[in-house]
Amino acid sequence: MLESLPSTKKTQPTSSHEPQAQPQVKSPVASFELRKNDKYYAWLFLGPSLLLLSIFVFYPMLRTLYLSLFLTDNFGEPTVFVGLQNYLHLLKSAPYLASLKATTTYVVGVASLTIVFGLLLAAMANQKLRGIEFFRTIFTATMGVSVSVSAIFWLFMFNPTIGVLNQVIMFFGHQPIAWLTTPGWAMVAVIVTSVWMHLGFTFLLFFGALQSVPKSLYDAADVAGASSRYQFWHITLPMISPTMFFVAVITLISAFKSFGLIDLMTAGGPTNATNLLVYRIYKDAFMNGNYAQASTESIILAIIIALITLIQFKLLAKRVNY
Amino acid sequence: MGIELQGITKTYDSKQAPVLSDINAEIQDGELFVIVGPSGCGKSTLLRMIAGIIPISAGVLKINGQVMNGVSPKDRNLSMVFQSYALYPFLTVADNVAFGLKARKMAPAEIEQRVNDALSMVDLTEYRDRKPRALSGGQRQRVALARAIASDSKICLMDEPLSNLDAQLRVQMRAEIRELQRKLNLTLIYVTHDQTEAMTMADHVMVLHDQQVQQIASPLTIYNQPANSFVAQFFGTPQINLLTANTAGTQASPRLTMTNELQLDLDKPLAAGTYTVGIRPNALSCRPVADDDGNATVINVETLGDQTIIEAVLDDDTEVRIVEAGQVHVALAQRVLVTALGPAFIFDETDTLIAEKRGLQDARVVAVN
Amino acid sequence: MENATMNRAMFKRRLGKTAKYTMLLILALIIIFPFVLGLWTSFLPSMDIAKGALWSSHLSLNNYVAAFTQTKILQYLLNSLIISTLVMFAHVFFCSLGAYAFVFLKFKYRDQLFYAVLATMMLPFEAEVIPNFVTVKCLGLLNHYSVMVIPFLTSAFGIFMLRQAFLQIPRDLKEAADVDGLNHWQFYWRVTLPYAKISLFTLAAYSFLGSWNQYLWPMLTTFSDHLRPVQDGLRQLQSEETFNDWDMIQASAAIVVIPTLIVLFIGQHYFKSGLNEGAVK
Repeated sequence: MLESLPSTKKTQPTSSHEPQAQPQVKSPVASFELRKNDKYYAWLFLGPSLLLLSIFVFYPMLRTLYLSLFLTDNFGEPTVFVGLQNYLHLLKSAPYLASLKATTTYVVGVASLTIVFGLLLAAMANQKLRGIEFFRTIFTATMGVSVSVSAIFWLFMFNPTIGVLNQVIMFFGHQPIAWLTTPGWAMVAVIVTSVWMHLGFTFLLFFGALQSVPKSLYDAADVAGASSRYQFWHITLPMISPTMFFVAVITLISAFKSFGLIDLMTAGGPTNATNLLVYRIYKDAFMNGNYAQASTESIILAIIIALITLIQFKLLAKRVNY
Repeated sequence: MGIELQGITKTYDSKQAPVLSDINAEIQDGELFVIVGPSGCGKSTLLRMIAGIIPISAGVLKINGQVMNGVSPKDRNLSMVFQSYALYPFLTVADNVAFGLKARKMAPAEIEQRVNDALSMVDLTEYRDRKPRALSGGQRQRVALARAIASDSKICLMDEPLSNLDAQLRVQMRAEIRELQRKLNLTLIYVTHDQTEAMTMADHVMVLHDQQVQQIASPLTIYNQPANSFVAQFFGTPQINLLTANTAGTQASPRLTMTNELQLDLDKPLAAGTYTVGIRPNALSCRPVADDDGNATVINVETLGDQTIIEAVLDDDTEVRIVEAGQVHVALAQRVLVTALGPAFIFDETDTLIAEKRGLQDARVVAVN
Repeated sequence: MENATMNRAMFKRRLGKTAKYTMLLILALIIIFPFVLGLWTSFLPSMDIAKGALWSSHLSLNNYVAAFTQTKILQYLLNSLIISTLVMFAHVFFCSLGAYAFVFLKFKYRDQLFYAVLATMMLPFEAEVIPNFVTVKCLGLLNHYSVMVIPFLTSAFGIFMLRQAFLQIPRDLKEAADVDGLNHWQFYWRVTLPYAKISLFTLAAYSFLGSWNQYLWPMLTTFSDHLRPVQDGLRQLQSEETFNDWDMIQASAAIVVIPTLIVLFIGQHYFKSGLNEGAVK
């Protein structure tokens, strides 16, 4: 029976390009009889998940929303109801706007570079060459690296005195760069590290997408007289655009949630140049004890991420290319 | 000038046997040339080598006298229709047809003209703005044809273009493709596994099997003079009966004894030995006899209305298929006498056709009592 | 003349091949350079690392000996292994049960509940750490393995993903099982789980990695070395060591990354088909 497991990839070639099917709630097995004991099984099967989701997802979201409408004391307990004051205050505060701007730079930089390089890796690995398996393996390597390890590897390379990057720069007769202590360069450093970390998984997704483009499309284009560059722009890109969109969304979301990298590499510095949203929430709540402000920032973050996810669902419903 | 294949060979791995070896053929301008064979015989590989999609391992391919080995597909000036149609799902019908023309940077007006002509030729003008997934199988097939037409190349390659269509549509498209080929005076190389398509469409047929060419000839020649037992078996439904026979009789009246009960009179003596005799089902006949009589027992009867297919076991356990015209009523387990009416083919140990006997007058397979 | 076109085509092909290999090599180098450099320096004496030297005549395993004896890196690894394994099994179990209910059970408000679960996919855990921290503190879970396991026993994403997988199971199978008299638990265990094996493995890998890479949460909730998972442990080492003590940190990082790389390369084949399918589906 296991052998007959339908690989959805093979049986539905057209739908294999859609990242995640559109959530459909129409009851899939509507003809089943409504049996009495279904109800008990439902409680048994779904109960644990619902309980956990309620405690650790629903409740904290409501609680955060609640706290964001109050002023809080040092223990995080609400004191004075202030309505939307916290939000108005935040959206006028220069440091918060700077943090939003830094976060935007960071997520856009990470997402765009990850897509470009991930696609480049996948396109290069998607060729029939001797030994190509070796390269494919190498390209997935960063999937096995956690945040801390990546940060440590790159911290060593970005080290101002003994780091290999500055050694190379000095070898060519230039001044060394204070990578992590200059605002602009610190942003470059965390973006580079983040892109590197994301590459393995992105490569894998793009590679899978490229492999699922039917070869006959390229054969037909070969015969029709299209150059390989023309084929890339007019066949490959449109065919993998759903995957590209999917990668963009998950990378954006993942970048918005960046914390470990910032904590290890720059601690939000220098002069808050890399003080991204999540790191700010952490500092406001657990270092400055300003729970109301941290809650407000959390809600804004949640709204941003929810919007991106919603756009994804909406666009997937329409399909991206065909 | 046409297309010449000289000793074409394909090897994927130098350690392994070739998947095609020493293919020779000459395809005339303006003819419909069908390459037919069972799956895995290398027919699609051969077509892809002609298209230039995969390289040729050895041998020479000439198109209009020019050696084409190593020349990229786009410089061979041919068009191709794929089994899967290879339509671009994100493009409309019209854009699919225009794809190659745009890639070649043709003038927009010219592209428009050709797309319109091609679409009207396959009756798809009103579907020009649809995406492929909004079309039926037959319409997708036509888009693929339109794309080949629009390219305006005089050589067209088709790789099992009808295999994804249902039976009725296939019959209709067969005629349409044939008509199109004549109208545009295309040199059409058509790959299929379906012997009916080969028989009904081709000017010439190449039968491929076991990495090699078995026969190249016109459809009727292939049916009437199959070069070997494989070709004989591949063409004609139901399948030809192949019976083992030994030389017998005297110098003056030589015979082949197929079983103890069926014999074939020969014009000329054959070297003593074992041969294979092929008799098509419609060249056999049977009639019911008494229970202790005859030479075979009926095991299955299929009545198709206009003909009846009878399967019987000869007394030496060889199964034969017999086609009788009209509706014949035979019971299962009925004893019958099997006799032969029509042509028979005699193949030697290497399965090569060495003699052929035509009709009742000079060939008789008789029941021996 | 004929051969000229042929030769030119072959020459172009060969030239293209060289260019492709060069490109591949450059890309591969960029990807693995940080690994190679990190692993390499882990063998160098600290004196040489501090000078920025990339070569030394005294390559040794001393840094590893130091990392094993002077840090708790092995303890961290063990902690992470225990936590991630627990999370992985629990996650697959609870998510598959939930998904089963949404596909094969009929009950009131099923669709509404599913929408509610789906909606939680949009809520980032990072935006909820403040109340969650208070919750686990009140439950007395702080500084305990359970604090890193219990909040991650299930997830909306897991339920959603497995629901998609279970929807692929032919309805006939369920009807046949009904005829044979299997109850829901039996059908879940004997048919659904084996049938959706690939998706289950994918979710297992996903949740294991997710737990392994947890950073903010353990940092907030764990304070003792004997409970600290590896990400947090490395952070601890990094902040404790003086600025130029790279030897032990590089060795520790290597100790952490080498097992995962080995697992990744062995599981390569599976990862390529499984994860890809799971993520894209």
